[in-house]
Amino acid sequence: MSELPLSATSDAALQAAPATKARGYWATVGRRIMRDKVSMACALVLLLIFLSAILAPWLGLEDPYKGSMIRRLRHIGTVGYPLGTDELGRDMLARLIYGGRLSLLIGILPVILAFCIGTSLGLVAGYVGGKLNTAIMRTIDVFYAFPSVLLAIAISGALGAGILNSIVSLTVVFVPQITRVAESVTTGVRNMDFVEAARASGAGAFTIMRVHILGNVLGAIFVYATSLISVSMILAAGLSFLGLGTKPPEPEWGLMLNTLRTAIYVNPWVAALPGAMIFAVSICFNLLSDGLRSAMDIRN
Amino acid sequence: MLAYIARRIVYVIPIVISVALVCFLLVHITPGDPLVAVLPADASQELAAQLRAAYGFDRPLPVQFGLWLLRALHGDLGNSIATGRPVLAEVMRAVSNTVTLAIAAAIIGFTMGILLGLIAGYFRETWIDKVATSFAIAGVSVPHYWLGMVLVIIFSVQLNWLPAVGAGPNGSNSWAWDWAHLKYLVLPAITTSVIPMGIVTRTVRALTGDILSQDFVEALRAKGLHETGVFRHVIKNAAPTALAVMGLQLGYMLGGSILIETVFSWPGSGFLLNSAIFQRDLPLLQGTILILALFFVFLNLLVDIAQAAIDPRIKRG
Repeated sequence: MSELPLSATSDAALQAAPATKARGYWATVGRRIMRDKVSMACALVLLLIFLSAILAPWLGLEDPYKGSMIRRLRHIGTVGYPLGTDELGRDMLARLIYGGRLSLLIGILPVILAFCIGTSLGLVAGYVGGKLNTAIMRTIDVFYAFPSVLLAIAISGALGAGILNSIVSLTVVFVPQITRVAESVTTGVRNMDFVEAARASGAGAFTIMRVHILGNVLGAIFVYATSLISVSMILAAGLSFLGLGTKPPEPEWGLMLNTLRTAIYVNPWVAALPGAMIFAVSICFNLLSDGLRSAMDIRN
Repeated sequence: MLAYIARRIVYVIPIVISVALVCFLLVHITPGDPLVAVLPADASQELAAQLRAAYGFDRPLPVQFGLWLLRALHGDLGNSIATGRPVLAEVMRAVSNTVTLAIAAAIIGFTMGILLGLIAGYFRETWIDKVATSFAIAGVSVPHYWLGMVLVIIFSVQLNWLPAVGAGPNGSNSWAWDWAHLKYLVLPAITTSVIPMGIVTRTVRALTGDILSQDFVEALRAKGLHETGVFRHVIKNAAPTALAVMGLQLGYMLGGSILIETVFSWPGSGFLLNSAIFQRDLPLLQGTILILALFFVFLNLLVDIAQAAIDPRIKRG
């Protein structure tokens, strides 16, 4: 699994060597991914979902909290409610768009947090090595003894329901995974000649990590982290679906799926809509991450 | 081989102890008094103190952990606060239902995954590969609890072919291998199988592609070996890695079944976990997580040993 990121980083190291270069490594990667139709389509879909979530209050939508007992569970395509209404008569289109705000936040923030924490831990463990490496990596191993869904639910269940708690529990799930990748790529880079040269010229450990190693490992760790976003989206919404995330009446895709579950006999396809949003975001992130990975693999 | 097994088992002991520690500490990161679920709201201070002593919550943490671990080693995980029954018996009964579900899902997911992966790897960069890869990507990206709902909508609500929830007729909790029960297994098993299907497809595809591009395959073909013979070599070389991935996936299915079991009201360990969380039944929560995590550790151990058995190079490492 680590072979790919490793080769990507050593390529990065080679590319960084000449003083005058026709085109930098990242510019090449950028150009390659721009030519990938699937990646670009996914990026476009994600951009649309993100923008509509951010700009939701200015899109002239219905109030996502305002229900009405007389217009409950309208079908998709009802005039005035293009995506129907939910079990309390609230406009589904508005709730799905507003729902993106919380769903994307609780899905993506844990990966960002875990990326920062895991990269730091892995970098230190990989560069310093020795006892510190053993201490960090053996602690990480303990978390690997739990299936990730179980770990997320165990922590979240023990801490109790809440957005903050579900973000914390998912961060704890992803930190070990990112740390492992970061440690393995750092160990690969740390014995390279340019690191040796920096050390010989008197650079301190912190400087070497920041200047010479980070730049060469960050790409690989970043690609790995992007591949986790899809899992994180599914798990975050899953926690809400179980009632461990946000509370009603807040619009959030997982929670909406939960409250609409009882409506599947009355209006099944409206009940399935929030899940389709999770699916769309998750598959787009997965495809984009795959695209990025192959764009970074310069050899082919 | 025996030396390798012994070494692996020794490695597992500290992991098991740390897992127990994490499960033990789970109760202590819980906000609020762990007695809140058993104490009547108007309980006197005296009664609270009495109960606290009875449950051992008044001792220092390391002592509590030691005592808890000792009792756990004897198979005593305490009693469920909600039902008063021993946790171990409750968990084991539920786990057997989860195992049924996981094995059914593994049969579907692994067979599909291996087939799709082999085909995609063999016909790389053709439309067949694209179709198989799309299946795999969809499988790993789909929120499985939602897929469960969609399957219920199609096959239970609209077509009325299969039951929507439960594990047997008349709310039966015990499993039996007859059609009346099997009908209840179909949808949850298919739902559980999509993630392993996707991951196994991707793994086997990558392995097949890599192996087919190696020089020895060229040599096999050059000496005139039939394609089916070449395929046998591919399978032999891909087996250790594929086996490891499948073992891990089986573990994920056992331990991560809570969402699917909630959707289908499947009376397994995940369902139990769900009720433990919402009834704040901490001994049950702790016990379920401990047993599931131990299952996972044990399964990983088995996979390591099986891998070493079919690939002698691993033993030396």
